[in-house]
Parts: sequence; structure tokens; C-alpha cells
Amino acid sequence: MTGVDTGAVRGPTLAARLGIDRSVTIAFGCILLILCGGALYSREFLSPEYLLQQLQVGAFLGIVASGAMMVILLGHIDLSIPWVVTLGAMMATAMVGWGGPAGVWLCIPFGVFCGAVVGVLNGLGVAYLRLPSMIFTLGMNAVVQGLMVLHTGGFAPLDQATEAMHFIAVQRSLFGIPNALFVWALVGAFVIYLLKRTAFGRAVYAVGNRESAAYLSGVNTNRVLIGCFAFSGAMAAFAGVLLAGYSNKAYQNMGDAYLLPAIAAVVLGGTNILGGKGNYLGTIAGVILITLLQSILSVMQMPEAGRQVIYGCVIIAMLLIYGRGAKARS
Amino acid sequence: MSNWRYWFAHNAGVLTAVVLFAAMFTLYISNHSAGLTPAVATTAANKAVLLALVAMAQTLPVLTRGLDLSVGMVFVMANCIASVIVVGTVGEGLLGIVAVLLIGALAGFINGAIVVWGRLQPIITTLATGAVYYGISLFVRPGPGGDVQSDIADLLTGQVFGVVPAALVVLFVVVLVVWIPYRRSVLGRAAYAVGSNEQAAYMSGVPVQKAKLLAYTLAGVLASIAGLMLTFNTYSGEASAPIAGTYTLNSIAAVVIGGTSLFGGWGSAIGSIFGAFVLRTIEDLLFVFDLPPLWQPLFQGVVLLLAVSLGAFRILRVRNRLELFS
Repeated sequence: MTGVDTGAVRGPTLAARLGIDRSVTIAFGCILLILCGGALYSREFLSPEYLLQQLQVGAFLGIVASGAMMVILLGHIDLSIPWVVTLGAMMATAMVGWGGPAGVWLCIPFGVFCGAVVGVLNGLGVAYLRLPSMIFTLGMNAVVQGLMVLHTGGFAPLDQATEAMHFIAVQRSLFGIPNALFVWALVGAFVIYLLKRTAFGRAVYAVGNRESAAYLSGVNTNRVLIGCFAFSGAMAAFAGVLLAGYSNKAYQNMGDAYLLPAIAAVVLGGTNILGGKGNYLGTIAGVILITLLQSILSVMQMPEAGRQVIYGCVIIAMLLIYGRGAKARS
Repeated sequence: MSNWRYWFAHNAGVLTAVVLFAAMFTLYISNHSAGLTPAVATTAANKAVLLALVAMAQTLPVLTRGLDLSVGMVFVMANCIASVIVVGTVGEGLLGIVAVLLIGALAGFINGAIVVWGRLQPIITTLATGAVYYGISLFVRPGPGGDVQSDIADLLTGQVFGVVPAALVVLFVVVLVVWIPYRRSVLGRAAYAVGSNEQAAYMSGVPVQKAKLLAYTLAGVLASIAGLMLTFNTYSGEASAPIAGTYTLNSIAAVVIGGTSLFGGWGSAIGSIFGAFVLRTIEDLLFVFDLPPLWQPLFQGVVLLLAVSLGAFRILRVRNRLELFS
């Protein structure tokens, strides 16, 4: 027969290949909506300077969210983020004192390394002890908190951030673009490469969808679990190092403000909290959305009470638009 | 005989928590300078009952394979609201208590409604509603302060007949009036069924939606009872995010220590009560053993981690590796 449409078997469309789906589109739409709303309030909202500054602040959240996303893709969750952020900051600043001349160079890798170690421990607990990640990372958070209280003696540490930490967190070296943004871009590129182009990335989605099926297909699921938790810990600690550079010091509770926004950013970006579905473009959208929302609420001088209420309501409302699960009967 | 063995197997988690608590509390009392006086018992009970109530609240959503990360926030919100409206005469105070309980029920119902009808994941739903409830607490009480009806407060935080801590009586009454009827009701059983296998429960005609709604609503009520007790203890209200966070996290730990499965369908609020008691006694033990204050957070963290790691023993019973991946 003639006239058979040979084009019927097509690959995924361009939009799908780039990871643009409904949730990502809506998230970016909401970003535009917030910007337009902000522009009505004040012209400043559309100025490049304001936007760059938001992206710089958002970069810290973006790095934390990158790690959180890898864990959420597995269907797990990393609740140890708050104190791992603090751990990264404190270990990096303390390393300057411990390492002498070499410490100045070692501080950033050492901070990230400490975070990765906690992440590996989280991964071991989840993979080999088979404990629910929610409860195990929670316990790990408490342990890290205890270690940090012991380390600082209950007081604010006197260590200062180094030049290098200050440089990558605050300064702008190229075309006035903040260096922190480049760091986030590097992390993001790495995550996209990992998820799209490597067997490890495929395995992450496979484990998130059904771990037993992935295991039976020959995936070393425990290695995937440990790898993702280690990455999450390393990224949280890295964000802590940057934050220490940003505020020039490490302090207790500096990570508390990052757990909920990071998870919210990942979920608003369309990643399924049960795992197995999601792409990094959505996480970028989620991070920008959360950062802008926080910024606008503080610019409008909304009191903390109102900020919390609006913040919670917006997250619920957005998820009700596109994050709904399947009905029980289906 | 096999009935007894079945009962032991079924309640192994609860019994472990009870034994653990009994051992630790004995150790605590034997090292306490005053011994077991009504005053010591009342102080311990007043602190422990708060976490026990919040842990009971957490148990109900967990049984349906959900989670309520807003229990701590509802607890703090009830505390703040109670410090404003549970004042005046005894009658007005009682009216205020009823109002606080209704607000708690409403907060829980909103959680349940979003989970059931909005079909959002409980974790993310309650994270977000928790922010809302915390905002409301800040709105009601921007700074720490307030007052509470002192007659009711003294009655509920003192001793009954000069011996039994009144807080324990309150806890007992809550178990008797809320938990036991709930456990025996159709919707209570339905909650277990939903937690075990929601699809199967739905196919068998179990009222899935009602069961979930009731679980979250009751969780709100129980958390607000805890908030009221906090107000009676401190005579003030404070919108504190750290307190809310600590109670939420400890409630999950208490639920796990009490033998309830985080995967739903297995466990009881009684276990959570003893899980909460265990956690509280750990803190008291650190106090009597004069551990340097700087080491206490680390020690608590390690104990918490070890306690939740007890759940790893189930992997020794698994014969088929595939069962691990549930």
C-alpha cells in the first residue's frame, strides 16, 4: 500500500527533549507573572541589576536544590540539608586555621568533602540498613548539629571566610555577571549531563520508578542511592561554603532557611516527590520562582507573618494547578 | 496460647518501647537526688505529655501511609491562640479551650482536604500548610507573652490527689476518649487498610477518603491539645519556629521508636506515647549524669540515630531480597 505515513515513528519533540513539559511551562509562566506584578509595584523589578542580584541569591538555593533534586528523583528525601549547609561553612572556615598556608587552598574542597561524607553515611543508612530516608537523614541532621555545637563551643566561630570564598560568592568578574551564577551554571550543567547522558542518570530514574525492577535489571541500586545522597550532601555543603563567603563568616542555623525552599523549588519544578520523574529545567524554574517570591514579599515590606502565609498558600495553589496525583480508581 | 503469641508478635514494637522506657526511667529515678517524689514525677510528666500528644497526632496520618510535617506548627499555633483566648473566668477559659480545639480540627481538616481532594503529596502539603500555620501564629503573637486562665492551668499541670501527675491523667483521658474509640471505629480500621494498600482498600469498598480526612483532622485536634498543655505549662505563648520544628521531628522519631511503620498500616498511638517518653527520658538522663552541656546535642543526636536504626533489624527477617525494595 502506498501513502503510509513513514513519519509516524518520530522521536520525542524538541520541547520534550529539552525537558519542557506542562509543569515547567506553568512555572516559567508564574515567574513572568510575578515579574509583571512586581513591575506594576515598582519599575526597579525589571532592571538588570535587580534581576542579577536575585539570580545571585538564587544561585545558593539552586545549588542546594540540585542535590535535593537527585535525592527526590530516587523517591527519597534529604532532611539533613540544614546542618550540612552549616557544616560546609564551618569546616571550610575552620580549615584555614588548621591547614596553615595550605588551608587557604584546601578550605573549599574540605568543606565540600565533609558534606559528601555525611551524604555517604546517609546513603549507607538508606541503602544497606533500608531505613526510611526521611527518618535517617533527620537523625543524621541531629548528629551533625551536635558535632557543630561541639566544634564551635556553642559560640559563633571566629574564623573568617577566605579571599577565594568571597571571590566566588560575591564578586562579579565577567560582564558584571555574579560569579555565584557561573558556579550554579557549572553545577547545573553537571547535573543535566549526569541525568541525560550517563548510565548513572538512567539508573537514578529507574530506581525512582521502581527500585526492585531496577535491581532485577542489573542496576547496582545501592551504589546509585549512595551516589545521590553523597552528591546532595556535597552540594549542601558547597552552598554553605559559598554562603560563608557571602556573609564573610559561618554561623549556627545558617542552613535552616534552605530546607523547605529547596524541596519546594524541586517540587514546583515538576519533579515528582515520589521519584522517577522530573528534569533540571523545572528545578531552575522552581528556584527562580521561590527566590523572586521571597524577594517580592520582602520588598513590599510584608511582615513575616503575612510572608509565611502567602508563601505557603502560593506553593499549595501552584501544586493544585499542576502537581496533582492520580485518582485512586485509575 | 497461640492468641498470646499472636498478640506479642503484633505488639512487639510497643512492648520494646515500654521496656526501654521503664529501664531508662528507673535508671533516671535511681540517680536522681530526690528519688521518685510526686514533684519529680509531675515535672517529668508535664514535659513528656507534650511530646506524647504530638506523637499521637503524628501517628494517625502515618498509619494511612501519610505524614504530617505541620503538627509542630499546629502545636505552636494552638499555643499562641490559647495564650490570647483561654483567659478570664473559668467558664470563659473553657470556651476558649473549645475554640482552640476547633481551630486545631480545622487546621487538620485543611491538611486532609488538600491531601484527599487536592491529591497532593502529604509531605509537601503539610510543609506548605505548616508555613501558613506558623504565619498565623506570628500574626496572633508577634512577640512571646500572653496569659492563661490560671485555675485550669494549675488543675491540669498539678497533681490529682497529691500523687498522680494531672498531665498523665489528661493523656489517659485523651487515649480513652480519642484513640480507643477511633481504633475501634470503622474509619479507624479503614485508616489501617488504606495504609497497608490503598488500591486494595479502595477496591474493597473501604471509605478511603473519609478515613484520610478523619486521620488528619484528629491529628490537628491532638496537636492542639498538646498546644493547650504547653500554654498551661508556660503561662504564655510564643511563635517559635525552632520549637515547632523540634516537635515535628521528635514526633516522627517517637512514632518510629514506638513501633509504627512509616510505610503505613502498622502500629499504634500507644507505642508513640512510649516512644515520646523514651525520647524525653534520654534528655533527663543527660541531665542527671552531668554530661557537659556542649556534648548533649551530639549525644541526643547519636541516640536518636541509633533509636531509629533499630528498625534495620527487620532486614534480618527478610528471606527474599526483593522484599527489601518495598
